[in-house]
Amino acid sequence: MAAELHVELVAADRSVWSGEATLVIARTTSGDIGVMPGHQPLLGVLESGPVTIKTADGNVVAAVHGGFISFADDKLSLVAEVAELADEIDVQRAERALERAKSEADAAAERRADVRLRAVTGVH
Amino acid sequence: MGAQLRVYKRRIRSVTATKKITKAMEMIAASRIVKAQRQVAASTPYASELTRAVTAVATGSNTKHALTTEVESPVRAAVLLVTSDRGLAGGYSSNAIKAADRLTERLRSEGKDVVTYIIGRKGVAYYGFRERPVVESWTGFTDSPTYADAKKVAGPLIEAVQLDTAEGGVDELHIVFTEFVSMMTQSPVEKRLLPLTLDKAEEDEEAKGKILPLFDFEPSAEDVLDALLPRYVESRIYNALLQSAASEHAARRRAMKSATDNAGELIKSLSRLANAARQAEITQEISEIVGGSSALADANAGSD
Repeated sequence: MAAELHVELVAADRSVWSGEATLVIARTTSGDIGVMPGHQPLLGVLESGPVTIKTADGNVVAAVHGGFISFADDKLSLVAEVAELADEIDVQRAERALERAKSEADAAAERRADVRLRAVTGVH
Repeated sequence: MGAQLRVYKRRIRSVTATKKITKAMEMIAASRIVKAQRQVAASTPYASELTRAVTAVATGSNTKHALTTEVESPVRAAVLLVTSDRGLAGGYSSNAIKAADRLTERLRSEGKDVVTYIIGRKGVAYYGFRERPVVESWTGFTDSPTYADAKKVAGPLIEAVQLDTAEGGVDELHIVFTEFVSMMTQSPVEKRLLPLTLDKAEEDEEAKGKILPLFDFEPSAEDVLDALLPRYVESRIYNALLQSAASEHAARRRAMKSATDNAGELIKSLSRLANAARQAEITQEISEIVGGSSALADANAGSD
């Protein structure tokens, strides 16, 4: 069995996902970062973007808005103000939000909706 | 029905109606406590992860940040007071207000200017009535606060902290809220949010008996702190709001329970009085009948 790291994905008001993973890819302010077991202790600021957690039984994708990533002792925490798993995301609602954001030229809202949609489709 | 008996009956009816209302409020509050407690529990992982990270940055790097360093002679302190929007919760709001008054007094005696921020209609009314200045106040979400509410509150506070003292910024940020200890006990507490007090975190660390690892900061320690500290303040405020909401419901439940009990007592004593009045009425009627018939008998005997 490959080495695994323990992942906790928590949002401000709930714990979203936790479990073992072999690789976690997240987007920090200075670019995408991949964390595998045994990584150097790390603390980074997350950008709005999709997070991919590779586990033994497949990938878990989540849309994360704001927050940070911290890794130490093979324990990884992704702490976000808002985090949603891909299968929790309502695609139609996100599409509507995207249209609305585009028509109102609200860049932040557009980005949020876009991240949600990309998390669902799995396109990075 | 005699006049006195009617008065008692009317009072019993009115107290019964009040008792029904207080009973209903007690049950609603009881069900909300559970929900509020669940929210407190749900927000705990976020708060503890944040605290861990903040501690890591603050102890693991030599960066000096406006939000972590103590000013040598602080001149202005902000106090955020959390009260409720609605009354009928016993001493809940007034206890928090009193705690804030004590804190304000203490800060003033240390030679600091105090600026007040208030959450909840009760606190706003108290300060408004006494014409005390309030920088900013928020109302309308104290029974079920969301993270967005906490963000709304934290925004101006963080701005005030980051502003230079000479331009009206504050050096310290205190929060007064009601801690939910148990269903029966809620106590008002005052905490200093900023500058960070690390002694508590250090104690925790010692208790765990391990040393924090040396972190690699992405992109840099300053940027991480910049992003982290506002989140930290927001999450502390969110936690305070949730605890206050749970305490408010618990205080209301207790106040309403004693109101219901008192109404029950009142109904009992009023029914006793009403029964006595009814019996007195019957006794009087009997004695009137007996008196009347004996007077008639006397009159008849006289005419014979």
